[in-house]
Amino acid sequence: MLEISNLTKIYPGNVLALDRVSFTVQPGEFLAVIGLSGSGKSTLLRCINRLVEPTSGQVTWNGVDITQASAEELLRIRRKIGMVFQHFNLVSRSKVITNVLAGRLGYVNPALSLVNRFPRTDVEMALKQLKRVGIADQAHKRADELSGGQQQRVGVARAMMQEPEMVLADEPVASLDPVLAHSIMQHLESINREDGVMVICSLHFLDLVHRYAHRAIALNEGKLMFDGAPKDINDAKFKEIYGQEAERVG
Amino acid sequence: MKRWPALRSVATGLAVVLVVLIYAYAFSVTDVNFETTRSETRLTNLTRILRALVHPDIFEHEREEQIVETPIYLPCPQQPIPQSQPVPGEPYLIVSPACADARQIIEVEGVGLWPEAKGPVNFIPPSGASLTIGLFETDSNGNFKIEAQLPNRQPLADPQTLRAIARRNVGGPHLSPVADVTIDKILETVFLALLATTIGTILAVPISFIAAKNLMDKVRSPLTSVSLSLVGWPLGIWLGASAAGSIGRLLNAASASLAVSLAGALLSPLAMWGAVAWALPKEGTRATKWGGRVARGLVFALIIGIFILFLHFLANLGLSLGKWLIEPLGKLGFLGNFVVQLGDSLRMVTPVMAGLIGGAAVGGLAGRLGQQAADRLAAAPIKGVNLVTAAVAGAVVFTLIGRVLDWFYEVQDPVRTLWLPAAAGAAVGVVLALRAQPKATVPIGTTVYYITRTILNAIRSVEPLIMVIVFVVWVGIGPFAGALALGLHTVAALAKLFSEQVESILPGPLEAIQATGANRLQTIAFAVVPQVIPPYISFLMYRWDINVRMSTIIGFAGGGGIGFLLQQNIGILNYRAASTQMLAIAIVVATMDYLSSTLRQRFV
Repeated sequence: MLEISNLTKIYPGNVLALDRVSFTVQPGEFLAVIGLSGSGKSTLLRCINRLVEPTSGQVTWNGVDITQASAEELLRIRRKIGMVFQHFNLVSRSKVITNVLAGRLGYVNPALSLVNRFPRTDVEMALKQLKRVGIADQAHKRADELSGGQQQRVGVARAMMQEPEMVLADEPVASLDPVLAHSIMQHLESINREDGVMVICSLHFLDLVHRYAHRAIALNEGKLMFDGAPKDINDAKFKEIYGQEAERVG
Repeated sequence: MKRWPALRSVATGLAVVLVVLIYAYAFSVTDVNFETTRSETRLTNLTRILRALVHPDIFEHEREEQIVETPIYLPCPQQPIPQSQPVPGEPYLIVSPACADARQIIEVEGVGLWPEAKGPVNFIPPSGASLTIGLFETDSNGNFKIEAQLPNRQPLADPQTLRAIARRNVGGPHLSPVADVTIDKILETVFLALLATTIGTILAVPISFIAAKNLMDKVRSPLTSVSLSLVGWPLGIWLGASAAGSIGRLLNAASASLAVSLAGALLSPLAMWGAVAWALPKEGTRATKWGGRVARGLVFALIIGIFILFLHFLANLGLSLGKWLIEPLGKLGFLGNFVVQLGDSLRMVTPVMAGLIGGAAVGGLAGRLGQQAADRLAAAPIKGVNLVTAAVAGAVVFTLIGRVLDWFYEVQDPVRTLWLPAAAGAAVGVVLALRAQPKATVPIGTTVYYITRTILNAIRSVEPLIMVIVFVVWVGIGPFAGALALGLHTVAALAKLFSEQVESILPGPLEAIQATGANRLQTIAFAVVPQVIPPYISFLMYRWDINVRMSTIIGFAGGGGIGFLLQQNIGILNYRAASTQMLAIAIVVATMDYLSSTLRQRFV
């Protein structure tokens, strides 16, 4: 179980990105995070694995407070949290297989990994993950030779290499067309359903939220505005989350 | 402005006056004087030099000479001049008139010399001091006819001699000695630049990561950890260096024969591999017991020891193998010398490397210890620990600075170079520890970044031409000094350029690799290195190009290469030779430019 309480992040220059956000996520849950651009969705996700250092508050996961973890403990926690990014964040000059294998860095022998040596089992696992997302034939291409949808699949495969107990997806489909968006979301759904992995995914389109999420939370200017089932987002709630001028598009 | 057109005009006028004043002053300080440019003698000299410069001394011919002589009377004698009959088939000279007064113009005609040959007509008095009075060029039949003025000499009764020397080339052209030595030196220059670039790059790559702000900003440690590793580093460096020293003495005393070195160099990596395989933590079995940790620590110390041993064996192997190779290789003996020098440089570098490894090991261990203490202990005891460790660390750092200053300025006063800095350092440490939050992290990475940047900037601002003076004193005049000076400058310049490339990488992949739980080195290897390889290669080529150009002039200050030759030839006014060397430099620089742009296109 992931328990977030009073999480606050103030960036330098007194920019309040998260304002005492509290919520819990059950194991195996698919949680959508919605809100306008700049509402604090990315900061929230990055505070969970401390890519962004929270200013105050607790993130308790399976009884361990991540915000208090030492540098060494943090690495052990991070390797159990897969992350998928809006801009894929692949190392574009490296091969696809190398990008996927990077997901194992928290597990393998650090010295051998520096010279790009991975155990045979990890290489097999990487090929299996690539097969699962349907691009096994691209394994030895350079990452930047792939199309956007393919690159995001590499990103998903990399996250899966971590054998995660939680996946953080930061607007994973925002730079993809609607068809590709559904295919990536279906991969995340299968990870959630078949492997029982908790998924926390920030999304822009409400139809995707309705289609894939068990539950949704909404942020507006760093404050938690909504926490409930996606179907409960009625017009009044919608205007509260997105502002009075907003129109529903999907 | 629009409302004050008059003011605007005045301002413009003042600006014009100011510009005129500035240029007038510039003319005066640079001694501009066009009078000199028209002076007759200067123009003659200019012509001479320019003509020499466009006649580089590259090819020359073997030459042979044909000498034809005839007597000449100056002035005309009382008795009639004896007529000499030309021998058929032999060349001869006709002088008309056959006798004349000093300074009189005479006609010299040559018959039957080599066709199309050139040469001087010389006037030779009985003293034998030859004086050229004219130049001739024979036609296709070997004849010539010129007018020449007789020199102003004392009249003599005896005949004097006119000598025509016809010269012609034998065989094809071949390289002149100047061209030979130029080729020799330009090769030396190119290799000098290659060595300097190699040394510089090897050192600049690791430094560039330390000098990159985006990597170093994230490195923060608790004060306990920082102060413990500050104490640990010098201790480790000392331990490593002295271990290397004693191992080296032990080995040299035992034996430095080829067989022993070879066996050692082969066996020690095996031993190392075995120890590493035993000591590496296996996944899931992280030993938390103290016994296991201590044993593992000891094995790592042993591994470091074996590694130092290995370096020594390798160095000895290089030295003895190289010496053994020089004789049988004959003309390729320089390969043997190369092996000897590699071994020797390894022998020099071994204590440094051992020191760095020891420093990293002990400093890193102490830092981890501090980190764990800060993680586990409560705030109050940590404050106490911080007070002690920070005081010791401050004392150590300040004492080391004091030692360095003592070495430079020879103060020879332990109060001022030892006790005073130690006390001041301890005081600074105590103040830091009192002011800091016990568990807060200090930006150690940023501090290291600024120190590295400052050192790099200081080195970079010293021109290699100045550096070479120091190295000439150390290793003597020659290309080695030049390579070292250029190499040092290359380290600083490339480290700066490289680190700016690291700073401009995309942050996304960095973030993604960090999110997988990768440690700092893994993050650099997987997210940073792939992104910086193309710009690194590009800058490397650029720097090699610069180094080739720099090495052509580094010889001016004694750094070897072609610059030394060029400077000498300019000094002795041998402009044709200087021109040859300038031509060689131009060819090499143009070739380098072409090569580097081709390679850049291929790799980037």
